[in-house]
Amino acid sequence: MSSEDEGTRLTRLLRSMLLIRRFEEKAAEMYSAMKIRGFLHLYIGEEAVAVGVMEALTPEDAVVATYREHGQALARGMSTQAIMAEMYGKLEGCCRGRGGSMHLFNVATRFYGGNAIVGGGMPLAVGLALADKMRGQARVTCCFFGDGAVAEGAFHESMNLASLWKLPVLFICENNLYAMGTALRYTQAVRDLAAKGASYGVAAAAVDGMDVLAVEQAAKTAADHVRRGNGPYFLECRTYRFRPHSMFDTELYRTKDEVETWKPRDPIILLTRHMEDRGLLDEPTLAKLEREVAAEIEAAVAFAEAGTWEAVEDLTRFVHSEKGAS
Amino acid sequence: MAEFKMPSLGADMEEGTLVEWLIQPGERVKRGDIVAAVETQKGLFEIESFEDGILGEPQVSPGQTVPVGTVLAMIQADGAPSPSEESPPPASEQQGTEPSATTQAPVVAAIPVPAPSQRIAASPAARRRAAELGLDLAGIQGSGPDGAIQLSDVEQAARPASGEAPPHAVLTPSSASREGMRQAIAAAMSRANREIPHYYLETDIDLSRALLWLEEENRKRPIRERILPAALLLKAVAKALAAVPELNGYWLDNRLQASVAIHIGFAISLRDGGLITPAIHNVDQLNLSELMKAMADLIERTRANRLRGSEMTDATVTVTNLGDLGVKTVFGVIYPPQVALVGFGRITERPWAENGMLGVRRCVTATLAADHRASDGHRGGQFLAALDRFLQTPDDL
Amino acid sequence: MSEPEAMKKTTYREAVREALRDALLRDERVFLMGEDVGHYGGCYAVSKGLLEEFGPERIRDTPLSELGFVGAGIGSALGGMRPIVEIMTVNFSLLALDQILNNAATLLHMSGGQFNVPLVIRMATGAGKQLAAQHAHSLEGWLAHIPGLRVLTPATLEDARGMLWTALEDPDPVLIFENNTLYNMEGTLPENAGPVDIATARVRRPGRDLTIITYGASLFKALEAAETLAREGIEAEVIDLRSLRPLDDATYLSSIAKTHRALIVDEDWRSGSLAAEISARIMEQAFYELDLPVARLCSAEVPIPYARHMEEAALPQAEKIVAIAKGMMSHG
Repeated sequence: MSSEDEGTRLTRLLRSMLLIRRFEEKAAEMYSAMKIRGFLHLYIGEEAVAVGVMEALTPEDAVVATYREHGQALARGMSTQAIMAEMYGKLEGCCRGRGGSMHLFNVATRFYGGNAIVGGGMPLAVGLALADKMRGQARVTCCFFGDGAVAEGAFHESMNLASLWKLPVLFICENNLYAMGTALRYTQAVRDLAAKGASYGVAAAAVDGMDVLAVEQAAKTAADHVRRGNGPYFLECRTYRFRPHSMFDTELYRTKDEVETWKPRDPIILLTRHMEDRGLLDEPTLAKLEREVAAEIEAAVAFAEAGTWEAVEDLTRFVHSEKGAS
Repeated sequence: MAEFKMPSLGADMEEGTLVEWLIQPGERVKRGDIVAAVETQKGLFEIESFEDGILGEPQVSPGQTVPVGTVLAMIQADGAPSPSEESPPPASEQQGTEPSATTQAPVVAAIPVPAPSQRIAASPAARRRAAELGLDLAGIQGSGPDGAIQLSDVEQAARPASGEAPPHAVLTPSSASREGMRQAIAAAMSRANREIPHYYLETDIDLSRALLWLEEENRKRPIRERILPAALLLKAVAKALAAVPELNGYWLDNRLQASVAIHIGFAISLRDGGLITPAIHNVDQLNLSELMKAMADLIERTRANRLRGSEMTDATVTVTNLGDLGVKTVFGVIYPPQVALVGFGRITERPWAENGMLGVRRCVTATLAADHRASDGHRGGQFLAALDRFLQTPDDL
Repeated sequence: MSEPEAMKKTTYREAVREALRDALLRDERVFLMGEDVGHYGGCYAVSKGLLEEFGPERIRDTPLSELGFVGAGIGSALGGMRPIVEIMTVNFSLLALDQILNNAATLLHMSGGQFNVPLVIRMATGAGKQLAAQHAHSLEGWLAHIPGLRVLTPATLEDARGMLWTALEDPDPVLIFENNTLYNMEGTLPENAGPVDIATARVRRPGRDLTIITYGASLFKALEAAETLAREGIEAEVIDLRSLRPLDDATYLSSIAKTHRALIVDEDWRSGSLAAEISARIMEQAFYELDLPVARLCSAEVPIPYARHMEEAALPQAEKIVAIAKGMMSHG
């Protein structure tokens, strides 16, 4: 990673964001075609957060995600095919089709799940970090949550516990300004979210969540702080989702103008311009990236289409473990 | 050529109303472009194309409500042939304006309410036991809450025939209702008919010698101590059973449990129509005087409702004598779990041929109904032969 | 013949503490976490002395954050530890119900078998100490509603001593409910008392006439009632469920096949309760064994009141059990 040149590194970040963007566009298409059901929460517009933060993590670290977690899962390196198949509800999905869009889990990448109870993953992250600390393992648990979670008791209890016990948790707040369809100004008396982290004695900072390089830099600073044993860190990433909260949302709560004013801050556009300005990206390279990404997504769709349904006889499997304790 | 359809934007979206086309037919659309506006129960959506190409003629007009998945227009991919031949027919007005079938409330037919039946209150355990015994609950008196029939009530009703009652229980004919008694008989006989493979043998026995002997004997006795022919028959049955023990005992647990003791169930009809078959114990060991006394005592106590429980339940064989009623031949049904029933008809004078001579003798028709699981006809025949033999030597009885 | 086992006098509280010590000594991944478990010595003095022996890392005091520390227990179990989380009372566990249901009980199935949660949660339950309506309910039946959990109710010293280790060996979440009135219960245990099975119910007193199905502190009320009934010639069979999820149906069904009469005694409320569940199972699986409708004795459907006479009136008591049993035996 250290020997990687700047052009290669930025191209990798761009590809990662493009993959999330195109993957989700395909997911929306497949949702409209009824291949994907349930709730589908798109991350489009927020790609820089997941991609930037993952740059600060190692494979040994753990990730606890939200229900808007396709981007987090893809950036973490989970298989596009397994995620698409999961959203199709197929046995070949990362959770045998039992979790769907909101509940992606993966042991190999220590991805502890999309959690669809807002704030519900935060105490889990505290516990994972507690286990690491008690076992003397120098790992970071990275916990994603949204601005909506800040209103939950779980947020406050988790901040306090992590700070009290100096646990290695990297709290990543994806502040997209709306808790579903209710703006922060209607729900929070104090809207400086980083200040809330700081009030628990947690080191805190805020960053432009549309700028992947800024996110990457801030996340690395934060992760270093955590890794050095200084306790948790709260990083607020100010971002914006371009899509509705979920597919069935008419966006009564915000204007088109508001969305349009954010569009120039599209994280993919920002990085593309940055690279072009430095001569690190040209049209053929971008086209090639798009082709690669499209091919990967087509393969994922084909994999999902070809997938099988879990046998109904297996319905009650994994209510309890099939293996003994270890 | 691709279809631009009414999209499904949520699991609870079943249809949408096209509000307006935002791109006109013949115009170029790119993937992600907003093509039309659609009204749903959640409000107005702008719906996008997932294809690049030229938008074809609309197949749904503004104002039409169509189900999810309905083709709104075709999108002709760049360089693809003209869509004119391939277009599906436009959505009909009906399809557009009427609510789709799936949203209509189902018609619920009125379900006729059956008249309440006179349901008998009985516990599930009582119901199961009654079914096992073939008992009809209607005839059983309940002792449970609100008169519900319980397990013990069924056991009680079945007791005369079941052989499973506790040995010291006291049962009197009046303790169960007449109806209950009828039910108990019904249960026992149904079970017998269902479970026991009966076979029947019949023989006529010349009683002339025995009756002559009896008349002689009775002349020597006070009236109160006189012996009835029925006692003679019972004693002969007991001795014959000792010779053919397969007919005396119980069929239980799928095998014959022959009894050493010979307790003969002796059918006594009650004046009001009931029937009881109390046992005379150890008939083979009683002399005729003792047997006669036992019979008299039993009849008296039966009619006085003073029978002991053991007498009700431990008969090892049954003798039915319907001679009083003029019946010639008895074809009996065995009382389970017993394995045989011996029947006697009326003693009558009949023409009788012997040694080439025709005479008139006093005869009785004796029958054997026996359980073929416990014995076969050969042994049954031996029993009747022995019975005959013993009745020809009455002073040995 | 085996040597007679050496016995020692003990209490329910000491038996639980001994189980905790044993677990902490056996497995270094085990730690105890909860409100006042350390410096205070445990709300019910169960963990008294353990802080001194095992230190603050493993006897971990928590803030009053039931949701937070139960969730942290789940996370640490995912992370390879074997946490024992203590919640002061079942009423407080409602603050953590989201974590118990939406995470602990759900993660394994939702992740397609990838992430199991080897967590034990202990909590006090039950009324009887005049603690009134926010400390005295019996909500274990609610938690026994949830697939993915095991729910245990140790009533005897042997179970107080033995269930914890077996629960810790289970790969999935186990909830242990300790009735608060039992902590002072005295008795004897073998010196070498150890783990017990957590899957079966036990017949605590045999009898032929009716089956009393119960658990937790109500077990002793049922046994007292059975003693009274025996003096009047009624032999009640008393069954201690021990595990509320899964339920050991076979034990109480085979008893009912013998007695044909069932009375369920449960300190929880009646409506929508575990007692209702058991009654339904009896109906489903042993309908034709029944000679009377299944009877239930549960707590009055009121918030548990403070005043002693009112609290006693609200709870199942031995005299009520006797009265119901005699009523059931008065027919047939």
